Amino acid sequence: MTGKTLTLRLKVWRQDGPRAAGRFEEYDLPGISVDMSFLEMLDVLNERLNADGHEPVAFEHDCREGICGSCSLMINGMAHGPQKGTATCQLHMRHYRDGDEIVIEPWRSSAFPIIKDLVVDRAPFDAIIQAGGYISAPAGSAPDANSVPIPKEASDSAMDAAQCIGCGACVAACPNGAANLFTSAKLAHLNLLPQGQAERYSRTVAMVDTMEDHFGSCTNHGECEAACPKEISIDFIALMNRDYVKAQLFNRRLAGQRR
Amino acid sequence: MALDTTALDSKVPVGPLADKWTNHKFDVKLVNPANKRRFTVLVVGTGLAGASAAATLAELGYKVVCFSFHDSPRRAHSIAAQGGINAAKNYRNDGDSVHRLFYDTIKGGDYRAREANVHRLAEVSADIIDQCTAQGVPFAREYGGLLDNRSFGGAQVSRTFYARGQTGQQLLLGAYQALARQIHLGNVEMHTRTEMLDLVVKDGRATGIVTRDLVNGEVRSWSGHAVVVATGGYGNVFYLSTNAMQSNVTAIWRAHRRGALMANPCYTQIHPTCIPASDDFQSKLTLMSESLRNDGRIWVPKNADDARSPDQIPEDDRDYYLERRYPAFGNLVPRDVASRASKKEVDAGRGVGPLKNGVYLDFADAIGRLGRDVIEERYSNLIEMYDRITGEDPYQVPMRIYPAVHYTMGGLWVDYNLMSNVPGLYVLGEANFSDHGANRLGASALMQGLADGYFVLPYTIGDYLAGLLGQPVVPTSDAAFAEAETNVADMTRRMLSVKGTRSVDYFHKELGKLMWDNCGMARSTESLEKNLSEIPALAEEFWNDVRVLGNDESLNQSLERAGRVADYFEFATLLCHDALVREESCGGHFRVEHAQEDGEARRDDENFAHVAAWEWTGAPSAPTLHKEELVFESVHLATRSYK
Amino acid sequence: MATATAPAKRKRELPWPITFYRSAVGKKWVMAISGVVGLGFVVVHMIGNLKLYLSREEINLYGEALREFPKHLLPRTVFLWITRVVLVLALAVHVHAAASLTRMNARARPRNQQYQSPRDYQVANYASRTMRWTGIIVLLFIGFHLLDLTWGGGGADFERGDAYNNLVRSFDRPLVAAVYVVANLALGVHLFHGVWSMFQSLGVNNPRINKARKRFAQSVAAIIVIGNISFPIAVQAGWVDEACVGTEHGEPCEPSGLKF
Repeated sequence: MTGKTLTLRLKVWRQDGPRAAGRFEEYDLPGISVDMSFLEMLDVLNERLNADGHEPVAFEHDCREGICGSCSLMINGMAHGPQKGTATCQLHMRHYRDGDEIVIEPWRSSAFPIIKDLVVDRAPFDAIIQAGGYISAPAGSAPDANSVPIPKEASDSAMDAAQCIGCGACVAACPNGAANLFTSAKLAHLNLLPQGQAERYSRTVAMVDTMEDHFGSCTNHGECEAACPKEISIDFIALMNRDYVKAQLFNRRLAGQRR
Repeated sequence: MALDTTALDSKVPVGPLADKWTNHKFDVKLVNPANKRRFTVLVVGTGLAGASAAATLAELGYKVVCFSFHDSPRRAHSIAAQGGINAAKNYRNDGDSVHRLFYDTIKGGDYRAREANVHRLAEVSADIIDQCTAQGVPFAREYGGLLDNRSFGGAQVSRTFYARGQTGQQLLLGAYQALARQIHLGNVEMHTRTEMLDLVVKDGRATGIVTRDLVNGEVRSWSGHAVVVATGGYGNVFYLSTNAMQSNVTAIWRAHRRGALMANPCYTQIHPTCIPASDDFQSKLTLMSESLRNDGRIWVPKNADDARSPDQIPEDDRDYYLERRYPAFGNLVPRDVASRASKKEVDAGRGVGPLKNGVYLDFADAIGRLGRDVIEERYSNLIEMYDRITGEDPYQVPMRIYPAVHYTMGGLWVDYNLMSNVPGLYVLGEANFSDHGANRLGASALMQGLADGYFVLPYTIGDYLAGLLGQPVVPTSDAAFAEAETNVADMTRRMLSVKGTRSVDYFHKELGKLMWDNCGMARSTESLEKNLSEIPALAEEFWNDVRVLGNDESLNQSLERAGRVADYFEFATLLCHDALVREESCGGHFRVEHAQEDGEARRDDENFAHVAAWEWTGAPSAPTLHKEELVFESVHLATRSYK
Repeated sequence: MATATAPAKRKRELPWPITFYRSAVGKKWVMAISGVVGLGFVVVHMIGNLKLYLSREEINLYGEALREFPKHLLPRTVFLWITRVVLVLALAVHVHAAASLTRMNARARPRNQQYQSPRDYQVANYASRTMRWTGIIVLLFIGFHLLDLTWGGGGADFERGDAYNNLVRSFDRPLVAAVYVVANLALGVHLFHGVWSMFQSLGVNNPRINKARKRFAQSVAAIIVIGNISFPIAVQAGWVDEACVGTEHGEPCEPSGLKF
């Protein structure tokens, strides 16, 4: 709310299509208000490109309030930029100074091929969910919602994991291109709840195996946690590892309800 | 305007209100389980309504083909709903019941909704909570492990279930996961980044759709026994709204152009608690959950020229205008009332903030009474979001809020079975007009979307499909599909060939300004007529001067937007038309000519207790009106009073 | 585009240990377990070597005791060989898993998918990012160390059974001493990330112990490094000298121990 404006120098990754060679293009962008969001700054860039007869930069965005998980920019080597616990759409230009150079790239992972400019295809995340990221409860089959009390701690913890917006920042930030934070958050959401117990171990194996068909492996750098706009903890990765080992090493047929 | 006097058949079952749905479920035709797989249903949209419908139809055994323009079904804008979902569980023992939820919804909608639909909504509301809990939606719980509730947006009972400030996200993930399961099982064929651009109608029935692949531009036809459209609302006709950037009217508008009636487009909800715009580059507005009004007090300085910082303004110089004007409900009055009250203050120059375009929402009292910890526990994610966007800390200075377009009650007309007047075309969720009348209560959108998808359509669609048994789908080689494909391709070509000077966003913003200024929180004959003359002119300028660069064979976001904005021009015209014809004030529609002496809305039940359903005639300015009279058997029409 | 369909049916059923090991999570678990074995060895090895500071006799007797263990329950050196086999297997799977995970990660972010601009690491530290290199250094060092002080091919005079003098003779060479110091620093860095990482891979986590996990890893790494590099330093500094050259094995010898 200061009416201040910035002049920025942007280096933006441009790539015409999935198979085209990409390159950085540099743009000088004056008149950026500090109250703008990062994506509004890109809107301004696109307006100017359009006015000059250049095709606007393609980037994904939708809700612009940090929940849909569409936005996906690597800003100066940081997934979603410098502000902790913040998706690109909630990053505001007041965090930049006049004259700053900002390098903008798409998420990079062989599992997320580039479609155009800054837009990538995150379909493998859907594949992981389809492999088992659900509780099989067809409509109509549910008992009364209060029939199973759930300890508040367990429910809160499941919610901590369930907050994941599926943006892919964890993969983008991981030097190994691993999706363990995403997968473990999805697993923990369901595996921590009583309703999720019946499929707990089959779900864990199915989702982890699908994850590994597409992504790299976890070497515990912790970059994913630092980049996550929802600040999801890598503790969930440990939980996933534990469940996976149990699922593979114990005879679940005879384990009954034992965790 | 032409008036078609043939009555619209709402197909509301006969019998006592409370028995209608039960009886109807028995009366509808069933499709035998072995035959269900012979039917193909196309589901467009994967928000709460679309995803839950697609999953449930697939669970029943239908062959479902599902479409989303997003990269994943999970990105639909339902995900952004914050506050909660209502259900008549009466877990609080505070006197809630199906009838009370029904009554509150009818009253909240200013008596412009269909009784039978609303009662059914209240009936299935409890099942939704059970279903979502079983799916693993982590609703907030108390220490005893049972579900927590809160009172929400003008309700006097605590019937709102919530998952922190991310209820929509969690419910959508539940529906998305159910959908993912059906995709995995091979019962749903999912097409992402695929946008519906036309409805195919043959022999009076909806038989398919035409889509455009957003990645490679391929235009393709899809054939089905029924088409389910659940593509959300049209709030972005105002450009600035709390809707996601890509939310649009295109799917329902193109269905409208193929014969589906558009009902009550003028019912647009303005949400009272959004963050005010900060500059001209504002791309969208962010909602702050209405739940904040439970603990926040809304005020403005009494003196318009008061330049002191809010904490320096003593109690005596503050006007808690909602508490003053509506002592019974205070800060919890319904959305439309709260919004208009804010507008009144800002219009009178008492607005706050650098642009004087907001009012204060103050937590100081609540923090003093409950402690900062409690406030943090309840609202921390909202407060952090506010801080991120504005750079101000609401624990120190009051939030600034202002109303913004949030939800649209109007939409395609549907009967009790959620089928439009085009047989075979079903419309769910915000895309239809059905359950909220002229104003939606807080935490009811999620309820309606899921009710439609999980518990209504799966029953009612069988009634239609049973009659089609043995009939194959119309092949996509049919001339009707070819015509629609040509239509879509032509429009794309036309937009690319204008090669004008102004961007798509320029036109969208201009349209938005016209709509907000002249058809926003207060509407008059004069302002609406102004729009009816200026919007077509702007549309013409668009078609002569828009600049859409790039091509049709790769991802082209400007092209996508251009098509949506082109539809908005036509739709906005209809909206203003509807607003002009509805000579009363009700819910989200406020006509300055129809106000009481104290400025409150004046409804006209004598002449306007009907649904206005508009038919496309080929020209945006000359739609034909169909009326569905609303019959109230169970509630007594009263003036809403929150004093 | 993207037609999301069910993933292809999984490969043929394999015996469970193989199925488990085929997965990256399984490999990490195996790396953690084999890492624990290796860590145990390193700790025992370091403690045993501290006997260097007692006397030549003590350390040589310790060496002999390892061959004898567990006395009459097993023939001489059988236990030692079992231990060696276990250690070699642990090392082999540790290295194999590391190599195959490295390949998997390279596939996940191939050359043409690397970030073109410099990446700004937030929390990944030097240790975690250099595991591969510290691991290779340690592996090469193990080879040299075995050659030098187990098989006696490291260039110094070597007498089987006289661990004390073999060690001192080897460490008397400054270059070798430097190699030992560098290698053990690499080992320390490797252990610092490895020990912490082991908890994650095994799924041992709990908010109550999460802080302690990091401290534990730091302490283990520090103790091992300090203990191990003290040997070459002590020899180079002259605190430990070659002793009793020429005396027959097993005969009493003048205690040398630490000289101050």
